[in-house]
Amino acid sequence: MKKNILIVGVGGQGTLLASVLLGNLALEKGYDVKLSEVHGMSQRGGDVVTHVKISDDNVSSPLIEKGEADIIIAFEKLEAYRWLPFLAEGGVMYVNEQQIMPMPVTLGQVEYPSEADEIIAKTAGRLVSFDALAVAEQAGSSKAVNVVLLGAASKDLPFTEEEWMKVIEANVKPKFVELNKAAFVQGARA
Amino acid sequence: MKRIMLGNEAFARGAWEAGVRVVSSYPGTPSTEVTEALTKCGDEIHVEWAPNEKVGVEVAFGACLGGARALSTMKHVGLNVAADPFYTAAYNGVNGGLVLLVADDNGCHSSQNEQDSRFHGRSAGVPVFEPSDPQECKDFMIAAYDLSEKYDTVVLMKSGTRISHSRGIVEEGEREEREVIPYEKNFQKYVSMPAMARKLHVAQEKRLAQIAEDAKAITAGGQPINRVEMNDPKIGIVTSGICYQYVREALPQASVFKMGIISPMPMADIAEFASKVEKLYVIEEGLPFFEEQIRAAGIPVHGGKDMFTIQGEYSANLIREAFGISVPKAALDENADIAAAPGRPPLLCAGCPHKGLFYVLSKLKTTVMGDIGCYTLAALPPTNAIDTCLCMGGSIGMEHGFEKATGSSKNLVAVLGDSTFLHSGITGLLNMVYNEATGTVIILDNRITGMTGHQQNPGSGKNAKGETAPAVNFEELVTALGVKNVTVVDPFEVKELEEIIRRETERDELSVIITRRPCVMITKQTGTPNVITDECRNCRQCLKIGCPTIEVKDGKPFIVQTNCIGCGLCSRVCPFDAIKAVKEGR
Repeated sequence: MKKNILIVGVGGQGTLLASVLLGNLALEKGYDVKLSEVHGMSQRGGDVVTHVKISDDNVSSPLIEKGEADIIIAFEKLEAYRWLPFLAEGGVMYVNEQQIMPMPVTLGQVEYPSEADEIIAKTAGRLVSFDALAVAEQAGSSKAVNVVLLGAASKDLPFTEEEWMKVIEANVKPKFVELNKAAFVQGARA
Repeated sequence: MKRIMLGNEAFARGAWEAGVRVVSSYPGTPSTEVTEALTKCGDEIHVEWAPNEKVGVEVAFGACLGGARALSTMKHVGLNVAADPFYTAAYNGVNGGLVLLVADDNGCHSSQNEQDSRFHGRSAGVPVFEPSDPQECKDFMIAAYDLSEKYDTVVLMKSGTRISHSRGIVEEGEREEREVIPYEKNFQKYVSMPAMARKLHVAQEKRLAQIAEDAKAITAGGQPINRVEMNDPKIGIVTSGICYQYVREALPQASVFKMGIISPMPMADIAEFASKVEKLYVIEEGLPFFEEQIRAAGIPVHGGKDMFTIQGEYSANLIREAFGISVPKAALDENADIAAAPGRPPLLCAGCPHKGLFYVLSKLKTTVMGDIGCYTLAALPPTNAIDTCLCMGGSIGMEHGFEKATGSSKNLVAVLGDSTFLHSGITGLLNMVYNEATGTVIILDNRITGMTGHQQNPGSGKNAKGETAPAVNFEELVTALGVKNVTVVDPFEVKELEEIIRRETERDELSVIITRRPCVMITKQTGTPNVITDECRNCRQCLKIGCPTIEVKDGKPFIVQTNCIGCGLCSRVCPFDAIKAVKEGR
């Protein structure tokens, strides 16, 4: 078993919590796991990426490179498009349909690529695209987009729902545990 | 017990297990989380944020003289600030063990340059350790303290973005409580006057040669710290740190000499390895630090910087390509003619106090000497408000020099944050007073060290552990330096702020303006979101503040309700009073 999962989004969307949950679950199940993340300046509303590599063999490099991602979980549509070159042949994409306009687009300096949807659909081995923001709000908070998407992607990951619930309990602040559990379950049904 | 740890958390864990008692650092990406993790320890460790790296290293050196194991952490450019005490402490040696951790930033993820700190280590004459994963971060830290005390030397622990900010599995151990080693007066060792310094330099060279000779027997976490992995002898690679991981990924069959102590280099051991392989390659990010030393030792190198760049980060694919190995096949055809994704540069947050200031400076077309902090982002559109940015505290000296060159300080300001001013802006301002400048310095007092993730500082009223601490009074401080014109203003009061900046930059005397409003990330302000009403005449003034929640939809500005925190800055700059808070926000 070897899974490379790229989690991409916009600074502030909670990509880090998603990767920490995934990493801890992998550790508990006896896999080797490495994660790589971005801190500092790019966190301020810039594009962010977290690499998660899980294997029953040793993981060397913490980075997923072009053509190596088995799964891309995109918290925002333009970010799904940006990271497409990293998807492996036959790779799966989970995409939040939410769009957050980058400043150069808002200022009219560049155009949002109109054909993004089409290219994503054509490239992905399998594409699951839905409004994760709406699902998160239904579960109780717009901030739970990260766990909604993890729930959705859990179908392609070797862990049971019970194991996910346990790792949420162990890694999320007590007052947000129920919210995140609900978000995960609703995401898994999306 | 095994846990997933950030490289930086693993460094902290190693320091804790090694019995460290005193830690003094200034935050800087990607090093910050090492000291931050140690603030969560109990009273067994004194942990503090120092006003700058030089003070941090001095405190750590003092603690080591006092007989405790001590630590100071910093980013690469921070080591330049601390270079003065570092280079001489390197002569003095230690009493309790002393490790200085420096984190480089190849690829400039959050920095102004790609400085290669290995040269600092070699130049100062201290052993340099470089781990390659979180487990090694912990193990090397413990080994570094043992070596520091055994060989009587300061140790430099070299990290980088991909080591500090990667997570992996780490086996935890127990803390070894260590008695404070009694201090004994020894002016021959601790007073670097010329006569002593000459002798200390000789002793330093001797211990470095000894470490290089002993390297084979030095271990970390029960493993040799430098190790040879003999596989196919056709390709032999000398490498270290994160590059080792890329090599293992790209060239699993290659033989590898992996260094854990990267300076002084174990040249005899490398020569032995070179004799067993057909072709020797050196793979290192940055400058040819290893390669030039290996070549100088007369060992033939088949490939080094002639194959690999000195810029940016390496990767497994970069190595594969250099060796003519095919890279993984991507789902997307690499020749596909598709539009590039628009860039998503980072932005000042919704509700950020700096936005009000840079909106005004942009409007006044002021020449702005910038500094290091979140506010450097105001250099980007739409404000384009920063002219230059050099180093911590540098804005003030630059403004002064600019005035002396042009003969005028009209419509010219220096801007820097509260933490940056305390770090190294005070002396620059003192210089302006002393040398009769007429310029205007704006201190952006957001009550925290923002960019690095909200660390306390001497102005914030709390210490590193979050306990109440004395807070410097900025008005009194700058007055004491001799500044006569000091004004405090809320940067969201844009009209008042504009008047003040006009007035003070026109004045033929030195002025300080303190824009005071706490960082929105610490106040976690939430308010009723604003909406743009039908009164909007599409003048787009609101777009000029650069708020991430204002987008353009169907040709008109529009506020994304989910993300708006209701700070109200947009409504203050709207000339038609068209932006209002709505009650029914999400």
